[in-house]
Order: sequence, then C-alpha cells, then structure tokens
Amino acid sequence: MNYAASAHPDITAKLPGWRATALFIVLLAGLAGLMGRAVYLQGIHDDFLKKKGDARYSRVIEVSAHRGMIADRNGEPLAVSTPVESVWASPQDVEADRRQVKKLSQILGMEMQEVQNRLFNISRDFVYLKRQLPPDQVEKVVSLNIPGILLQREYRRYYPAGEEAAQILGFTGQDDNGQEGLELALQEQLAGKRGSQRVIKDRRGHIVEDVGSLHEPKHGTDVTLSIDSKIQYLAYRELKNAVLRHHAKSGSVVVLDALNGEVLALANYPSFNPNNRGNVSSGEMRNRAIADLFEPGSTMKPFTVATAIEAGKIHSDTIIGTENGVFTVSGRKIHDQHPEAMMTVSQIIQKSSNVGAAKIALTLKSETLWQSFSDSGFGEQTGSGFPGETSGKLRDAKTWRHIEQATMSYGHGISVSLLQLARAYMIFANDGELRPISLLRLNAPQESKRVFSSRTVQAVKGMLEKVVSADGTAPLAQVAGYRVAGKTGTAHKLENGRYINRYIASFVGIAPASKPRLVVAVMIDEPSKGEYYGGQVAAPVFSKVTSAALHSLNVPNDAPLDNVIIPGANIVKEEV
Amino acid sequence: MLRSGNAFNALLLAVVVICALGVVTSQHKARKLFIALQQEKEHAQKMEVEWGQLQLEQSTWATPRRVGEIAEQKLQMRLPKGEQVKFIRVEPSGQTKIQP
Repeated sequence: MNYAASAHPDITAKLPGWRATALFIVLLAGLAGLMGRAVYLQGIHDDFLKKKGDARYSRVIEVSAHRGMIADRNGEPLAVSTPVESVWASPQDVEADRRQVKKLSQILGMEMQEVQNRLFNISRDFVYLKRQLPPDQVEKVVSLNIPGILLQREYRRYYPAGEEAAQILGFTGQDDNGQEGLELALQEQLAGKRGSQRVIKDRRGHIVEDVGSLHEPKHGTDVTLSIDSKIQYLAYRELKNAVLRHHAKSGSVVVLDALNGEVLALANYPSFNPNNRGNVSSGEMRNRAIADLFEPGSTMKPFTVATAIEAGKIHSDTIIGTENGVFTVSGRKIHDQHPEAMMTVSQIIQKSSNVGAAKIALTLKSETLWQSFSDSGFGEQTGSGFPGETSGKLRDAKTWRHIEQATMSYGHGISVSLLQLARAYMIFANDGELRPISLLRLNAPQESKRVFSSRTVQAVKGMLEKVVSADGTAPLAQVAGYRVAGKTGTAHKLENGRYINRYIASFVGIAPASKPRLVVAVMIDEPSKGEYYGGQVAAPVFSKVTSAALHSLNVPNDAPLDNVIIPGANIVKEEV
Repeated sequence: MLRSGNAFNALLLAVVVICALGVVTSQHKARKLFIALQQEKEHAQKMEVEWGQLQLEQSTWATPRRVGEIAEQKLQMRLPKGEQVKFIRVEPSGQTKIQP
C-alpha cells in the first residue's frame, strides 16, 4: 500500500480543537514544573548543589609549620629542622610497568619484590614506600612521573654538634615532637602548629584563589641556649679522653658562668649520635650531670668550713688538733691519709683532712650545718628546668646522728648532682651569692640569694687556691696564666647501702681566682686503671677545660704564664 | 520624553556591559596576580628550606672538632708556649709596656 499516494492533497484534516489546548496545557505544566524545580534547587534548597560545586574545585590544604631552631649563645645552630619528603603510594591509582618499578626500587634502595608488593596491594589506599628521603633522591622519584606515587612533606631534625651535646639537647620523635632533654622541656616554644587553608584549584591543580584560611599556621619559635658550642666541644673532648684513659664507667663536666648562673657547657660520656640513633641505651641517653646522684666526698668540705667561719667558730689560721689521723666518733673511726697532730683550717682544706673537717663540723649545731647546706642549694632543684632533674638528698637535721654530722662534713651521707655541686661553688665565685641555674641565654642575671658573707667567701677562696699549689691535693688543676681555686673529691661508691672499693673522682674549681668568670665541675665515675683520686683523674680535665674555655672567652690573664709549678712525683693524696 | 528615556536606558546598558567586562578582566588579573604571589611564596619557602640546609652545612663544616683537626694536622698549628707569649698592656697614660 502506498500511503503517500492515498493521502489526498486537498483534504485538510480537521483535528479536534481540544487537542491543541491539551498539548499547550501539558507543555505549560512541564515548563512550570521545570521552573519550580529550578527555583527549588537554586533558591530554596541550594546547599546541596553548592556543596557539589565546591567539591569540584575547592580544596582544603594543609599548611605545614616548622619546628623552631635551637641555637647556642652565639647563634650557632644546635638543632635544625629541615624538610624532607616521604614517598607514598595510593595503590588503586598506580600505573607502572616493570621497568618503572625496577627504576623506582633502585632509587629508593629497596628490593624490587618489596616495592612491587607495596605498590600493588589494592586492599590499602595509603602505603609509605620510604620515609624521609634526601632531596636528590626525591627529584629522581618525581622525574619517573608514575601516577599514584606521591610525596608528603615531613620535617627531620639535625643536630650539627652530634654526640657532644646529645643529652642536653635530647631529641624529637618521628612526628617532630620533643622526646628527651631540652627538646622536651622547650616543646611549647619550639613546636609549630600546622594550619589549614581553603583554596580554589583549577583543573590542572594550580591554586587560583585563596578563599580564606581556616587556621593560621604557627611556626615554632627559635630558642637561644646558654651553651657555648666551642666550650661544649672542648669539655666533651677532654672528658672523653679522661674517661677512656682511666677506663672509667662514665663522666660528666659542667661549665658555668660564675656571674649569672648560665650553663656554658654540660657534657656527659658515654654519649650517642642524635642524628642516627640506632639502639641507644638508656645509660647513654641519661644526662648524668643533672639526673644522677653521687656522694660528693671532700668537695663538701669548703661548705663546712665556710659555715663555721660564718658562725664565728673558726678563722683560716685556727689550729685544729687532727689527732694524728684517727678520730673516733660514736665508736666509728675517721681516718686521714697523711696523719698530722695539728693543722690550720687552711691546711685542712689544702690537704683535705677528714678528721679536721669532722672536728669543725662537731663544733656546730646540726641545724646550723643543715641550714647552710640547704641555703647552698643542696637538696633542692637548681632551677634549670631540665626534665628528670634530681633535687639530691639532704636529710633533715633532726634525723642526723652524731657520726652522720661528722661524715656529712666531708660529703658522706649526702647526695648531690654535679650541676648542683657546680652551682653551690658559684657562692665562692660570686662573693657569697647563689643564683639559679639557667640553660637559656639570659639578658639580665636572675635574682640572687646571699648565703655567706663576702669576708667568709674571701677566706675560703684563699684556702681553695692553696689546694692547687704544689703541696695541695690538686697541683694538676693549675692553669697557665691564671690563678685558679678549687677542691678535689674522692668518694667510695655506695652499692646496696654499703661502701665499696670503687670510686668517684671529682674536682670543682673557680677561675680566674682574682675575678671569677667560670665554675668548672668534673666528675669521673669508677676510674679503674690504678689512679682514682680526684687530684689525679679529675683535676687534669679541669685544668684543660678551664684553660681552653678562658682562652676562648678572651679572659685576661691574672698570673704570669710560667705560674704552673710541676709537682713532685707524689701528689698529696686525700682520704676517701 | 520617550526618546530620551530610551537613550538613557541604552547608556545604562552600555555602562552595565562595561562594568561586567571590567569585573571579568579584574578577576582575571586578580587570578594572575594570585598565581604569581603563590609562586613567589613557594619560592620564598624554597629559599627558606635552602637557608636551613646551608646553615646546617655551614655548621657541619665549621664544627670546632673539624676546625681543630685541620689546624693541628694540615696547618701544623698549635698553642704558643708560655715563653712565646708577650703581653702588651696599654697604660692609662697611653704608653705601652711589654710584660713577659
């Protein structure tokens, strides 16, 4: 059938009028519906579409903030954070052929099988390939241009001084938070706070507009320590040499600015490398000079003598009967290494007589002695704010027995940290005033407290200067070109409440004696190669560190350069 | 009246069109400047990173240990002995006095 032929051209079809109307109404309704929908979507219920739109181009990006730098007093960096990239992959997006995987594994220095396992582990959507990569390797990874392999910026902390200042600085963990030492103590100031920012990105991923920051990033503040990295190095070097030479277990050195209590150097040995801590033992990590207690021995004697002078019981020339070296208190015998019938107070310090010190202590009330020790900072924290600082042990005077008061006079029955001991010697360097310790550089000295009168201090300082003379216990502590004053200490170690035949050798000194600038304290734990006296083991370290530090600080000489008197073969040994 | 109204409307239309174009160009300029700013910021950050690395490098080369070793071993330097040192003190009168 041919339709075209059957349709007659002259017949105009007469359609019913309602059909057009109905169609018009339907179309109108459709239009109204569309308009209504449009109004609804754009006017009333517009959040949804806005959100969808934003999601296409608006992004929230993290703005990283770095951790503050730790610098020494002269601005030399001691701990610096520098950004490193970590390489990670999103396995679902990775497209890489064998050749690319092989290249990648070569750059990262990993087994190819390992890289492959991580890259094609579809069950995870985030996997680290390698963390904290150096910049040159990162560039190579980027140049491979493998989709799905991405970089993440992280910070790594470097310590240029390495093992020399490891315990004092401490270190940070993987997430750049302080874990030990000053990194922990100064966490608040040092830590940066990440910010976030809402931006609009174009289709190539470039940021085209900054819509507004949600959180401002806060960079960490830089911190300036009181440490002088040159003196720190010298102290560490000499300490290390001494500990190795005397086959000692460990050792510490503290160098203080005598005038304002700043710590110029604080070294411990054994140490560790904070840039590469494989398996650091807790012993290497511990800041022994601050956290460990020891019985100071004879280095306490100057405080006993100063207390008695201050109380008006004696003066430097008072003659004390030293009982030919054996003195019995409450049935216990106190010995001297080189017995004498009588000694002046000055000689008692110079030759470190236990009998003399005990006799002087017994002229005092126990409360007086306790008060004086306590005022000198024993039994309390130094104010350094170092985490894990010990406050030492100084028992209440009420619990002292007679014999304890006698032994306490020469530093037995009392426990101190090396930093505490060094701080207490500041009294003799600082005309009788004690200041808190500071590990941060100070602009003005902190408030001081008077412990002994200026006259007492001058008298004791004179005695301490005789200690380093040829017939004192520490001629090896002499420093060419400078007058120094100090005191040796040699103490039996305590083990399970009993004294054993292992020793702690120490020396604390002040230099230059005429106008003190430094307090240097040295402690060597268990020297075990024959020599163990403070005058033999610790005094030479004092001499070397002090000499180098005074030169480094440009302190004018106060003695001719040929002032060092080489002692005879037999140095006066002190009783322990 | 009607004619002048039309002319006014045409003027307004022209102003609106010009303003619209102005908005578009200034937006474009703003974006361009923003991108430039972003690049500069990135550059600044890179410089900062480099500064940190250079500081580290410098302090690594200049550690007292290294300086001391080079001075002693390569350059054969050592501390002068007591008798090799002379002190020159300037007296208040301005005269200098050599002390052994």
